[in-house]
Amino acid sequence: MSSNVRFTDFKSDKQPTWCPGCGDFGTMNGIMKALANSGTDPDNTFMVAGIGCSGKIGTYMHSYAIHGVHGRSLPVAAGVKLANPDLTVVAAGGDGDGYSIGAGHFIHAVRRNVDMAYTVMDNRIYGLTKGQASPTSREDFETSTTPEGPKQPPVNPLALSLAAGGTFIAQSFATDHKRHAEIVQEAIEHDGFGFVNVFSPCVTFNDVDTYDYFRDNLVDLADTDHDPTDYDAAKEKILDSSKEYEGVIYKDESSVSYEEKFGVDQNMSDIPSGAPDDAMDLVREFY
Amino acid sequence: MPADFNWAIGGEAGDGIDSTGKIFAQALSRAGRHVFTSKDFASRIRGGYTAYKVRTAIDPVQSVVDRLDVLIALTQRTIDENLDELHEGSVIIYDGDRSTMADVEIPEGMVGLDIPLKALAEEAGGAIMRNVVALGAACAVADFPIENLDSALQKRFGGKGEAIVENNKKAARAGLEYVHDEYDHEFDYDLETTDEDYVLINGDQAIGMGAIAAGCRFYAGYPITPATDVMEYLTGRIERYGGHVVQAEDELAAINLALGAARAGARSMTATSGPGIDLMTETFGLVATSETPLVIVDVMRSGPSTGMPTKQEQGDLNMMLYGGHGEIPRFVVAPTSIDECFWKTVEAFNFAEKYQVPVYVAADLAMAVTEQTFSPEAFDMDEVEIDRGKVVDDDSIDEWLDEEGRFQPHALTDDGVSPRAFPGTEQGAHMSTGLEHDELGRRTEDRSMRVEQVDKRDRKVETAKETEDFSPREFGDADSDTLILSWGSNEGALVEALDFLEEDGIDVRFLSVPYMFPRPDLTEEIEAADEVIVVECNATGQFANVVEHDTLTRVKRINKYDGVRFKADELADEIKATLDAEEVSA
Repeated sequence: MSSNVRFTDFKSDKQPTWCPGCGDFGTMNGIMKALANSGTDPDNTFMVAGIGCSGKIGTYMHSYAIHGVHGRSLPVAAGVKLANPDLTVVAAGGDGDGYSIGAGHFIHAVRRNVDMAYTVMDNRIYGLTKGQASPTSREDFETSTTPEGPKQPPVNPLALSLAAGGTFIAQSFATDHKRHAEIVQEAIEHDGFGFVNVFSPCVTFNDVDTYDYFRDNLVDLADTDHDPTDYDAAKEKILDSSKEYEGVIYKDESSVSYEEKFGVDQNMSDIPSGAPDDAMDLVREFY
Repeated sequence: MPADFNWAIGGEAGDGIDSTGKIFAQALSRAGRHVFTSKDFASRIRGGYTAYKVRTAIDPVQSVVDRLDVLIALTQRTIDENLDELHEGSVIIYDGDRSTMADVEIPEGMVGLDIPLKALAEEAGGAIMRNVVALGAACAVADFPIENLDSALQKRFGGKGEAIVENNKKAARAGLEYVHDEYDHEFDYDLETTDEDYVLINGDQAIGMGAIAAGCRFYAGYPITPATDVMEYLTGRIERYGGHVVQAEDELAAINLALGAARAGARSMTATSGPGIDLMTETFGLVATSETPLVIVDVMRSGPSTGMPTKQEQGDLNMMLYGGHGEIPRFVVAPTSIDECFWKTVEAFNFAEKYQVPVYVAADLAMAVTEQTFSPEAFDMDEVEIDRGKVVDDDSIDEWLDEEGRFQPHALTDDGVSPRAFPGTEQGAHMSTGLEHDELGRRTEDRSMRVEQVDKRDRKVETAKETEDFSPREFGDADSDTLILSWGSNEGALVEALDFLEEDGIDVRFLSVPYMFPRPDLTEEIEAADEVIVVECNATGQFANVVEHDTLTRVKRINKYDGVRFKADELADEIKATLDAEEVSA
């Protein structure tokens, strides 16, 4: 890896098609800064993205990447990391990708605790399909498919993560550039599954969860005496629906990654040109 | 007596049927006899009816037949279920003291051996060994040297301590001696032994072993009958070679995990059955269009939906050939025997990487959970060759960079195969996507690029057809006017059916086709024949349809979809009936 990697090295020459003002610009820039600051480079980084506005992120970045099937970015990312633990692996998606169609994988990815980062661009709306309710939309949020609101409580992704045994749970705000990049970097460097829910406002279809709303309501935990290693304190913050928190909410400092637990430490692309030397022993087992 | 001997143990799930049957099969294998096993089992942990059947001979056996010589029946239902296979003189071993066997009815002409299995087992050290007592009794009936049982007992119970092994040996001898002492009946069996060393292996295990041999280092799967043995085989073994098995939360995750590992450069595999293929079909298109090498094993079972989960069927061919929206090439290889499960898996990995395609390995229940003996040389590891295709490294990547220094993972090439850079390769960073893409792997809706990429992907199939040998396996009389075609596990039963037919003066040519796509062009062979019969375990004749489509010729069909594999003798009768019907109508 080269030592003088700049965050712009992670930028591709493809111009984003996101709406002007979309939170995803800030989200992506922060991820690129976090990657550069963590010391990796594009040839040793793997981005995995799902479907939706957020899913386009891999195209606008420069690294090894795959833009996969809706909701399945987490198993892909885990597969990449386990096959080559030397890579820095980041999965990115939206609230629909991660908490609706991919919700099942989210819980299990948290449990599995593979050493990777997962950034969810949470805009509380389906943007690419032009404005339907998402799993994080408010109960009374009126959309084309929910004229009176979804009438279901929004998913609390932080609580889901905590319940599933999450070892790193954080939240950031796309336009709070410095904090967002710091938090994502910490998620990347965390020894395990670093989960960051990023408030990434949709300027076109969500007139409730706006930049102004988050600016007015966000509490940066760095400005409080919150101790992210205190599980009970983290639980309290996560279940507190009266506020929106920014920062690392919970961090298990004794986290041991899946790879370490299972001794997965080899680049699996290195294989011999024939069967392993002692392969006949496999046959003899069947005597 | 016939050259082969057919034995079974049956009872309820939970009776230890499987492990007892396996011990007997292993004893025969260790004694240098060929063995072919089959299982009747239900999707339940306890109760119902389950049986483990063993066919053995000095010569290779590769099919089941409709004949049972010795049956250890732990329940009356075991006898009832096997009435068609039992014959005059068949021996039924049972324990009249067992409540379920109190009113046992031994069919006329058969020999019932009422042996106090439980009581003898208790004397030897515990009632749990009653099945082993029955094995000892079976040795007496079959005149099979009981010492051969000892090594199988050692293998099964060695881990539990010498005392357990000794008790089991004692239990076996108690059964043997009981028969010798209490029955002066002359049994017409004499199971000879040889000095040959055979391995006893099932299709799932052969697939797993083939994967390791081929350099597979990553496996992700979700347990499902009858594919679970693949995962269980790899777990604990693949790690020795630096690999890893992940038990995923579902099949959607399994194929995506495997896809991720393949993108990172690992030889990667998942295995499932039809219901899992349904889920994996979602990601199949992504695998194919991102040109990711991946091996997907479908161990077919009876469908649709949950179908008959423990029963045989070859009903997923259409799904593997055509599954998924849109159009994209995939390879489908179908091993035709248990040893071929090994070799076709090795080949599947080479196809996957040489042509950067998903490769289905189409196995089926009848071979997956069946054990068969082979010489170890059948799996000669020195013969395994690994071809990784067009992989570029830090140096060779230069020729695949565009004028702006960007790597082109979907470069338009004459053979359709593009270069592949594993992550970590310098200058290789690139995008892959399920969207239609340009040579750089970036989304495009450009009309000419769309057409060029579709044509490029299709060109890989043409290249493979020119490069690879997709020939069928040939059996029988090459000059016969009657041509039998089949695929998958029916090969063994058909090869033995040829012998039965020959005894009746009927010579046929049999082509066993292991490649479903790309597949051999059989036009010449079909035109040379007067009669063409396609044999397969499904109702609609999925392979027959493909053959008719390819050769523009109507074929006759023998289809079986009752959940039970073909038996050699039954198949010979069906072929005769099909040919006779033809004569009558002519």
